Amino acid sequence: MHMRSRRRISKVEADGALAEQFDDLAQQHEAASLGMWVFLVTEILFFGGLFAGYTVYRASYPEAFGEASHHLDRLLGSMNTAVLISSSLTMALAVHSAQEGRRRALIVCLLITMALGAVFLGIKGTEYAHKFTERLVPGLDFGYDGPYPGQVELFMLFYFIMTGLHALHLVVGLGLLGVLAVLAWCGHFSAAYYAPLETGGLYWHFIDIVWIFLFPLLYLIGTHS
Amino acid sequence: MRAPVVPRQVYYWVYGTLLILTLLTVGVAFLDLGPMNAVVALAIAIFKAVLVMLFFMHLRYSSRLTWIVAGAGVIWLAHMLIFTLSDYLTRGWLMVQGW
Repeated sequence: MHMRSRRRISKVEADGALAEQFDDLAQQHEAASLGMWVFLVTEILFFGGLFAGYTVYRASYPEAFGEASHHLDRLLGSMNTAVLISSSLTMALAVHSAQEGRRRALIVCLLITMALGAVFLGIKGTEYAHKFTERLVPGLDFGYDGPYPGQVELFMLFYFIMTGLHALHLVVGLGLLGVLAVLAWCGHFSAAYYAPLETGGLYWHFIDIVWIFLFPLLYLIGTHS
Repeated sequence: MRAPVVPRQVYYWVYGTLLILTLLTVGVAFLDLGPMNAVVALAIAIFKAVLVMLFFMHLRYSSRLTWIVAGAGVIWLAHMLIFTLSDYLTRGWLMVQGW
């Protein structure tokens, strides 16, 4: 098994994972990850606007946003944070396995990462379902009868759009990882050529970072206001 | 010139630190620090994000060009937040009618 994967890897190298416009694989690798970083900067612009909007309204209505934040499930949010951080670890280990040319470990790590991503989406879905039963869904079913109903609705709108777009990115990430896992299965990568895994990993870690900010901003602000 | 293979232990240490910081940020949220609650939560989040970028995203081992690109994104974000807040947070300071 091991021998076979080794032979396949060297075949891929011979076939030329190196595109002709690059001097060597190192340069190709750097170009690929730099390209992904440029894309991630546009993603910072994308999420940054939402974070700025949230900050402005939170500064304007601190009591209402604190009150609204009480209606989010802090335990599920914390669990999801741990799940996503764990998936970042397994993603980093996937790239690490590729660097060492360990194909089976690479595939296992990718599958665990995808499973953790799916767990995150499952927990998120449960939270969304709770919001529907609590009638805290702006636009569709909003029946909040506490103080500051309009401003609480605004908070819930930010909550759904920000976590929704984050979840959408995660779904895209799951698709990317699925493709990478199939390619890895076919022996597409080697210790010399793993740039697609590196860039896929960059994207996945970016999703993690967005959540690292979403979690305290949405779930933890209301404890004292 | 290939990127160095980071020892596995580094990833485990970063992972452990990230989990501890997550517990910390949840714990601190239950203490009443007034406006410092938000500051502490954001400081922890920024520290976690930097850890992810440096180690999981290999920024620490990347070229200067990659640093510049990543830094440009962060600096732009800081510009947007600082200039936006310098408007919204200072409204009403001068007590001028109509401002």
